Amino acid sequence: MPHLENMVLCREPQVSTLQALFGERHHFSFPSIFIYGHTASGKTYVTQTLLKTLELPHVFVNCVECFTSRLLLEQILNKLNHLCSSEDGCSTQVTCETFNDFVRLFKQVTKAESLKDQTVYIVLDKAEYLRDMEANLLPGFLRLQELTDRNVTVLFLSEIVWEKFRPNTGCFEPFVLYFPDYSIGNLQKILSHDHPPEYSADFYAAYINILLGVFYTVCRDLKELRYLAVLNFPKYCEPVVKGEANERDTRKLWRNIEPHLKRAMQTVYLREISSSQWEKLQKDDTDPAQLKGLSAYTHVELPYYSKFILIAAYLASYNPARTDKRFFLKHHGKIKKTNFLKKHEKTSNHLLGPKPFPLDRLLAILYSIVDSRVAPTANIFSQITSLVTLQLLTLVGHDDQLDGPKYKCTVSLDFIRAIAR
Amino acid sequence: MATSSVSKGCFVFKPNFKKRKISVPVEDYFNKGKNESEDSKLRFETYQLIWQQMKSETERLQEELNKNLFDSLIEFLRKSYSGFQKSSRDWGCQIKLREIPTAALILDMKHFLQKLVSQLMMDCCVDEETKEGSIQVAQKKTHCSMDSLSSWYTNVTRKTDPKMPRKKRTSSSQWQSPPVVLILKDMESFTTKVLQDFIIISSQHLHEFPLILIFGIATSPIIIHRLLPHAVSSLLCIELFQSLSCKEHLTTVLDKLLLTTQFPFKLSEKVLQILTNIFLYHDFSIQNFIKGLQLSLLEHFYSQPLSVLCCNLPEAKRRINFLSDNQCENIRRLPSFRRYVEKQASEKQVALLTNERFLKEEIQSLLENLHVYHSNYFLVLRCLHQFTSSLPKYPLGRQIRELYCTCLEKNIWDSEEYVSALQLLRMLAKDELMTILQKCFKIFKSTSEKQLGSTAKRIEEFLAQFQNLDEAKEEEDTSGSLSKGLQKTDLYHLQKSLLEMKELRRTNKKQTRFEVLREKVVNFIDSLVREYLLPPETQPLHEVVYFTAGHTLREHLNAAPRIALHTALNNPYYYLKNEALKSEEGCIPNVAPDICIAYKLHLECSRLINLVDWSEAFATVVTAAEKMDADSATSEERNEIIHARFIRAVSELELLGFIKPTKQKTDHVARLTWGGC
Repeated sequence: MPHLENMVLCREPQVSTLQALFGERHHFSFPSIFIYGHTASGKTYVTQTLLKTLELPHVFVNCVECFTSRLLLEQILNKLNHLCSSEDGCSTQVTCETFNDFVRLFKQVTKAESLKDQTVYIVLDKAEYLRDMEANLLPGFLRLQELTDRNVTVLFLSEIVWEKFRPNTGCFEPFVLYFPDYSIGNLQKILSHDHPPEYSADFYAAYINILLGVFYTVCRDLKELRYLAVLNFPKYCEPVVKGEANERDTRKLWRNIEPHLKRAMQTVYLREISSSQWEKLQKDDTDPAQLKGLSAYTHVELPYYSKFILIAAYLASYNPARTDKRFFLKHHGKIKKTNFLKKHEKTSNHLLGPKPFPLDRLLAILYSIVDSRVAPTANIFSQITSLVTLQLLTLVGHDDQLDGPKYKCTVSLDFIRAIAR
Repeated sequence: MATSSVSKGCFVFKPNFKKRKISVPVEDYFNKGKNESEDSKLRFETYQLIWQQMKSETERLQEELNKNLFDSLIEFLRKSYSGFQKSSRDWGCQIKLREIPTAALILDMKHFLQKLVSQLMMDCCVDEETKEGSIQVAQKKTHCSMDSLSSWYTNVTRKTDPKMPRKKRTSSSQWQSPPVVLILKDMESFTTKVLQDFIIISSQHLHEFPLILIFGIATSPIIIHRLLPHAVSSLLCIELFQSLSCKEHLTTVLDKLLLTTQFPFKLSEKVLQILTNIFLYHDFSIQNFIKGLQLSLLEHFYSQPLSVLCCNLPEAKRRINFLSDNQCENIRRLPSFRRYVEKQASEKQVALLTNERFLKEEIQSLLENLHVYHSNYFLVLRCLHQFTSSLPKYPLGRQIRELYCTCLEKNIWDSEEYVSALQLLRMLAKDELMTILQKCFKIFKSTSEKQLGSTAKRIEEFLAQFQNLDEAKEEEDTSGSLSKGLQKTDLYHLQKSLLEMKELRRTNKKQTRFEVLREKVVNFIDSLVREYLLPPETQPLHEVVYFTAGHTLREHLNAAPRIALHTALNNPYYYLKNEALKSEEGCIPNVAPDICIAYKLHLECSRLINLVDWSEAFATVVTAAEKMDADSATSEERNEIIHARFIRAVSELELLGFIKPTKQKTDHVARLTWGGC
């Protein structure tokens, strides 16, 4: 199939395996096939194009959308209905509560003329979500062929290896197919494949080469690279459009684009600024340094006492309670220097992360670090809860909410430093 | 009330609301029993009027302040919408189309989606006002997925299409298939998983269901990266919009509501301090600030009978003529008015205290004076703020509200800060001084007040003089250098003459013309301040417009639950007002409620309390009260009753959160509060 090879690049072994598994239209295929591979390794694309170009009856379902099993099952049935009733034109909504119903309804649906004597494929994309649903769903789908006694194959697409799926109770083992990551050569080939019609393939390939040189060290995600390639291409073409260089003048073009790409790595790639803002920048030719990214706005404005509460919480989270007396009492007496720190405490508390503390301790530290007298008014308490909703503090434990709630401080030292200034 | 239940148990009876609905007209609450006659209705109406004006003013202000933000947001929405429209099959577009336009604003799955669906449909119902919509909602609640959502969307857009032209004309925009804008307030409090899944799903359906997300973020935008992994955030096309900082907001609100003569109502120093402190120290909430302002306005009109006169000047003058005898008496009792009377000549004193008509005329002129005082006051205050806000270290505060507070409190020229500020002003450079003067000139020129019109002229003169100084100085410089350079002498004489010159400079230190002029300006400002920035207490009848009861405001706004609880238990007389409960500090009245006795006893214990000791102490205190009628019951029976009362008191304390059972010692309870002993 030359047509298919043109559409699917660098996945020839996988395609041929799948084709071999599918066999002829009326053949029974393997009951369940499990395809896994890293993000953007072409799992979905390959299966979809394969099923489409071979014109096989198939249903494609993304499991993220179906947050309940009912939605998942109904969607499959509805799509199947749609598939076979395209001639009839009738479309009734099926209701299906359990897997048992599903098997029954599935048998009914596949009785239709158009689906007879050929394999029906059900593709479940993002199959890892199946694990969070009812326990019988995954084993059920794995042996759907056996349960329904129909010519059906279920394909699972996932980013996670099969071992993590296998239920404890044992199940039918699917055929596992691995999609390896694309190599740099593959990436180059695929990216250069979709070149814009205005420019020659060589010109675009040279551009992709430069792009990969900059980004390959940080990013191997094909989708991401494609996005970056599209975004930065106008800048690359700029000298050509202006007439300052011709398409073969690679060196000049490289000098033009390279710093630009590096800047893109710091901003657009991290989604610090949006693509539309980036395009606008390119058009106006302004300095990207002027446009502040998301991380530039680190400053958080908080009311006076909220700052102190946060500082007190930080102190309570990272200092052991034993040292409170030493730090916050004016007349704490002499400090015994010998063996003050136990051995395990010599590791920095910052490495261990925040520890929970009771509300009373927080208030006690607050009273001692604020110069003036603080009345324990409702306003102070409501500030603590609002800090919790801002996720600067978190509530730990759920049992003792009325008597002694415990909190943790989740902000970093830098943040506290900025606030304390 | 009977139940049909056979078993024993607790039953909740909801009160029958219909019976209780006796509506009292709101203004009747203004009648405080005895002073019913004192224009309570009129006061209430005035309150409502002023509050309406203030409210509309603040609303206008807020609209104006956020205008920028709204405009850029709408611009963003329009732009991203046109992005959806532009369906040119441009090769780059297809990839980028996966990005959901997202605006980040600095300010569980099933339920989430269900809510989304129902809300959207609700909106649609409102739009179409047909009954069909609501029936559909009921059906679809059972299974809502993105599919049903997008099919609903296509339905709605198709349906409204024929209707659109009518709408189009009014809104004049080309929203043919309008994007769905979803605003997520408080992004921090969303469950991350739900948000992630939602974004992934909707990005897949973007082509049939155009969606624009607006996140409201209260902390910093980094939270987006913290909540969403790169795989998800790469599906978003984020732009950032930042709203105005709330402190600036407060400044503008104060400026437009309090520092004007537009509204007759004013706050005293203490009240203003309380309100701003709550804002700055506790919540940063403009809304609460405005609420506090409303409360003080209400409280003023409620508690001060003379607040009838707190309205605009012509109206107040009209009302003076209708003042009752009682109200006249109230005016005579005002401390500020008494002080005023004492300063008058004796015949006038008598007339003021006896003749009603004469009094009313006098009040009219006094109110007019008060009005003039205020209009001058704010002008001079702003002018002084121009001078002090640029000084190093801000001796009189950076914001005008701080300056206003000090001015309200006392004679500002008596404060040390003012003296040091003046000293700093005497060291200002010329260009700084000139820019400040120009600003002041603008302030004064904006009004048409008679007395202060001359001030504007004076400032203009000063400015002209500074300008002249430039030319004069150049001449002076050239002449000075000539006289110095031409003397030729030996070393000894040179030394001597240099010493002499130094001496000369130190002793009479001749001021340059600039310095003289600067001194004049500073003195001029000083005289202005001394003349016009008198604290309001010096003005007669200031009680009419100033609200001073800071403590009531604090009680209402800054609630202290722990302190209130402590007072209630420690000093029951405070709330119960029963004479028998009056007691001296430190001793326990034996007739107090049981819980108070138990509470007072527990204050004397350390962290762990022995229940037996506590119970005995309780019994001693209680029996001391009941000794007189001890004969009525046998001692054993009485002991049991006391024991029961003790147990009840202890469990009540536990309910209030003062103690809790501990596992360290079985017959002890742990205190959860500290202090008291």
